[in-house]
Amino acid sequence: MIITIIMIGLLISGTLAWFSEGIKVNSARWIAIYTVFGFFVFFVTSIILTPLSFNELTLLTRLPWIDSLHIEYAIALDYLSIILILLTFFLAIICILVSWQEITDKKGFYYFNLLATFAGIIGVFSATDLFLFFFFWEVMLLPMTALIAIWGHENRYFAAIKFFIFTQISSLLMLVAIIAMAYFHYSQTGRMSFFYPDWLSLNVPIEISRYIMLGFFIAFAVKLPSFPVHSWLPDAHTQAPTAGSVLLAGVLLKTGAYGLIRFVIFLFPQAATEFAPIAALLGVISILYGAKMAFAQTDFKRLVAYSSISHMGFVMLALFSFNTIAYQGAIITLVAHGLSSAALFSMAGMIYSRLHTRDLNNMGGLWSSAPRMGGFALAFAAAAFGLPGLANFVGEFLSLVGAYQVFPVTVIFATFGLVGSAIYGMVLFQRCFQGPASEEIVDLSARELVISGSLFIMLVIFGLYPNLLFSYFTQIGIN
Amino acid sequence: MINSYSFFESPILALLPFYPLLSFLLLITFAKRLSWSQASFLSIGAIGLSALSSAVMVYQLQDQDFQIITVTLWSWFSVGNAQVNVSFYLDALSSVMMMVVSGVGLLIHIYAAAYMKTDENFSRFMAYMNLFIVAMLILVLADNLVLLYLGWEGVGLCSFLLIGFWYQEKANVLAARKAFIVTRIGDTAMAIGLFMLFSALGVLNIVDVNQMAQNSWQVGNESAYWIALLLLGGAVGKSAQLPLQTWLPDAMAGPTPVSALIHAATMVTAGVYLIARMNGLFLLAPEVMQYVAWLGAFTLLLAGVAALVQTDIKRVLAYSTMSQIGYMMLALGAGAWSAGVFHLMTHAFFKALLFLTAGSVILALHHQQNLFKMGGLSKRFPIETGLFFIGLICLVALPGTSGFFSKEAIIAELWSSPTAGAGLWWCAIIGALLTSIYSCRLFFLAFLGQNREEMHKNDSVGDELSRLRLPLIFLAVLSLFGGLISLDLSSVFIANTSIIEHSKEPSWLHPVAITTPFIGIVFSWFYFKQYRRNTGKPIVESQTAFVKFCRNGLGFDTLYYSCLVRPYCWLAKVNRLDIIDQIIMLNAWYITLWHDALSALQNGKLRWYAAALGLGVVCLAGVLIGGNS
Repeated sequence: MIITIIMIGLLISGTLAWFSEGIKVNSARWIAIYTVFGFFVFFVTSIILTPLSFNELTLLTRLPWIDSLHIEYAIALDYLSIILILLTFFLAIICILVSWQEITDKKGFYYFNLLATFAGIIGVFSATDLFLFFFFWEVMLLPMTALIAIWGHENRYFAAIKFFIFTQISSLLMLVAIIAMAYFHYSQTGRMSFFYPDWLSLNVPIEISRYIMLGFFIAFAVKLPSFPVHSWLPDAHTQAPTAGSVLLAGVLLKTGAYGLIRFVIFLFPQAATEFAPIAALLGVISILYGAKMAFAQTDFKRLVAYSSISHMGFVMLALFSFNTIAYQGAIITLVAHGLSSAALFSMAGMIYSRLHTRDLNNMGGLWSSAPRMGGFALAFAAAAFGLPGLANFVGEFLSLVGAYQVFPVTVIFATFGLVGSAIYGMVLFQRCFQGPASEEIVDLSARELVISGSLFIMLVIFGLYPNLLFSYFTQIGIN
Repeated sequence: MINSYSFFESPILALLPFYPLLSFLLLITFAKRLSWSQASFLSIGAIGLSALSSAVMVYQLQDQDFQIITVTLWSWFSVGNAQVNVSFYLDALSSVMMMVVSGVGLLIHIYAAAYMKTDENFSRFMAYMNLFIVAMLILVLADNLVLLYLGWEGVGLCSFLLIGFWYQEKANVLAARKAFIVTRIGDTAMAIGLFMLFSALGVLNIVDVNQMAQNSWQVGNESAYWIALLLLGGAVGKSAQLPLQTWLPDAMAGPTPVSALIHAATMVTAGVYLIARMNGLFLLAPEVMQYVAWLGAFTLLLAGVAALVQTDIKRVLAYSTMSQIGYMMLALGAGAWSAGVFHLMTHAFFKALLFLTAGSVILALHHQQNLFKMGGLSKRFPIETGLFFIGLICLVALPGTSGFFSKEAIIAELWSSPTAGAGLWWCAIIGALLTSIYSCRLFFLAFLGQNREEMHKNDSVGDELSRLRLPLIFLAVLSLFGGLISLDLSSVFIANTSIIEHSKEPSWLHPVAITTPFIGIVFSWFYFKQYRRNTGKPIVESQTAFVKFCRNGLGFDTLYYSCLVRPYCWLAKVNRLDIIDQIIMLNAWYITLWHDALSALQNGKLRWYAAALGLGVVCLAGVLIGGNS
């Protein structure tokens, strides 16, 4: 029931925040942060206290929903989803903190949308009925689109529509795949089922699973995003409000990776293995193309957006090498990229609030007036280009070491992403903070210091002691 | 068999690299709130503690069986079955490096505190210097290649920060970026090497790698060849050897103590250390050993030629560093491991001395670095001249100095080494000749003759210089007598399989090697007469195309710029709008087109509808009639 309570709670307090803003100004953000923090604590304590072990998918709730089609409300967790939900909560707090002063318009509705997106994401990470999964997939999409379209920057409608259409078309493919799979279950057992464990026990012939897998794969590849379906991301990231970008990069992209692990690789191992060389190739192209495109950008947020594409390429490559080391690398890359890209987007927001521009050409020399900000920006850029000691390095290193056992030539190309990331990372940092001083700005405020500091500490902790995550992953692996 | 300790059993070694880290954190947190004396006390004190611990550890090491101590702090992560720990491994080789880093580092810190006193970001500067020492100590003490890589990247980042310390100058920013990216290319090769190594041997621990490689591979093994070659890629990047040498001269944009610490004494020798550390692996790949030797030889000649025509005193020293590291590489390639490491140590002493003394002179001349605008400094700064002279005779390797012992040790091993030979011996000799010529040119131009720039009257530089002198004197003593330190590295290095037959060597080798520097000096004495006896008139530097070519590092910058940098920038610029996005957005354009076409049909004008209706009826009638007949 933990997850259900949290999701309903988030929605209720979201509604509460919406209405209370009309009664008392600025109450919405307090409600939002208390709620998220409260449920964060609630989630952590219940996970610790529960006698269940989450080494494999553990069912928490299973209720009939639409009986005629055997659609169920089924919620389950394992360590993968727990880690991603914890990441979601952590970044949710960051999201609210970065919106603290940025959002001035329709505040109540804003926090409603934010909380609704969190609820949807948590649902995605825990749904075990594929119809329910699809439902949450859409739930998380709508408020996200609203966040971009209402509180975004100058080109927000275009970006929101582009984001919506990309995701809709791809999730349509997934819907077709889900229905096909449910129908296949019907033809095999005489009973319709959308229940994930039911599907796991099915033996789908390769001729069919190949196509069904592809349906899922495309949906998740768009979300990840992978080359060549990545182009919604730069627009959406650039135009979204800061919290929107943090949420998109930090968590929403991870739903794509999560889907790849749970619904592509575990459900269709044979078809996925067959498809692996192509997926790995797409991963490498994403790494190199993303890094190259990031270098070409002059918009701070666009640059970070392309760097996300590059990082997610490592995840794709690692997942499709079917190797335990690479799999661990992929998981830690998910967490690390969640933190580092959230950090860079927060940094973009902080700079924007001072300079009212995202254009790198209009920045420069900010270090002299804002040394703390510069220090954190460098640390976050360093995390992005994989400096050892920060979390991203562990992820990239393990991904590449593991993938090298399977695709040596591909990995050699992928490794050149390290040069590409150094180039864009340095360009980003130097164009903002070095060179002749363009303007005097105020250094980080206490609130911003908390945001940057907590993200940085997390990056260091996972960079130097990743066993905190790995200790849960000793049993699980892809064989 | 090896003494492996936990944190509490050997806290001195475990904490050794972390005092500067603590000081870094304090300095960066309180930054400008710290006074000069507080900041210098913190930063120098922290390095002092590290240096003291190093000395204690070297002393303790003598009593250990096998002369090895390892201490494990915590388990970092595991790659498959291989544990990657944060643990330090101290043996004879790493203790030499550790002493150089913390000892020379301490002296340079003391100098830097005085040198940078008036800089408004003094705390930040010392913080970076401390962080650098942390990363460098981790690099040399790492017991596995991943932790070594952490230190390796860490020193790269600190080097970036310190080259660009005066970040408001565009040139410094670009130099810092160049240094970071060029070395990163080498690091990428190294990373691929690590992947290969792991997939071939399944371990990343340095001792295990060397042992397993020796046990399971034959000499000439293909995996060993590729792995060694890729690790060499990392080493040439960090150590500024061909073909990744271009960043080092530009790195002189940083403050002079940085050039001394990072770009002369410690970081740039990390590549040498890496190869020496992995000697068990490199011995299995004699071809790669040959490449190492030849790369070293080419670099030492190229850098020697470039140093001959530089006009900036720091750039002369930078090229000279490159060329001396070339000697070290040459030694490693020839299998003369101990000689290479010995030269690494003595070079750290005298090159730090040269850089720091040059720094004093530059400071006294109000940041004048152009040799052609100096001259006659021996009269103004006799003590600095003396110190610089000591540094130069070590560099030139005059008998009795530390440079003599180490360089002769290298040259002596070349002729009969299976992976080197007579050709490389001659390269080393020509290199020694070049070294003595550019050193003389430098000395004549800067210190002899008459002053060629207007002197600033009423300068109170005397005071300032005397504050800088103490560490210089220590370094001068080390440079002169450092050759007497005996390094016993036999426990570290696997003896070269074929024992070198010195008896077959011609008898004239040694005399030639010893007299070569003198030939250079005599030649310069006459050839650079006008520099030596200049009367204060401006000297015109040669501007022929060839000289310019050499001055710019023999065209490598231009080559890379047009072959790599420009295409990459061009590619980025051409595709700034993302061609994939453009293609996908064609759909949107196509749909808009239909939208426009269809909405044009519904324009609400009655006569359009009537016409369309009429046309439709006619067409329909036509089809029906045509279909019937």
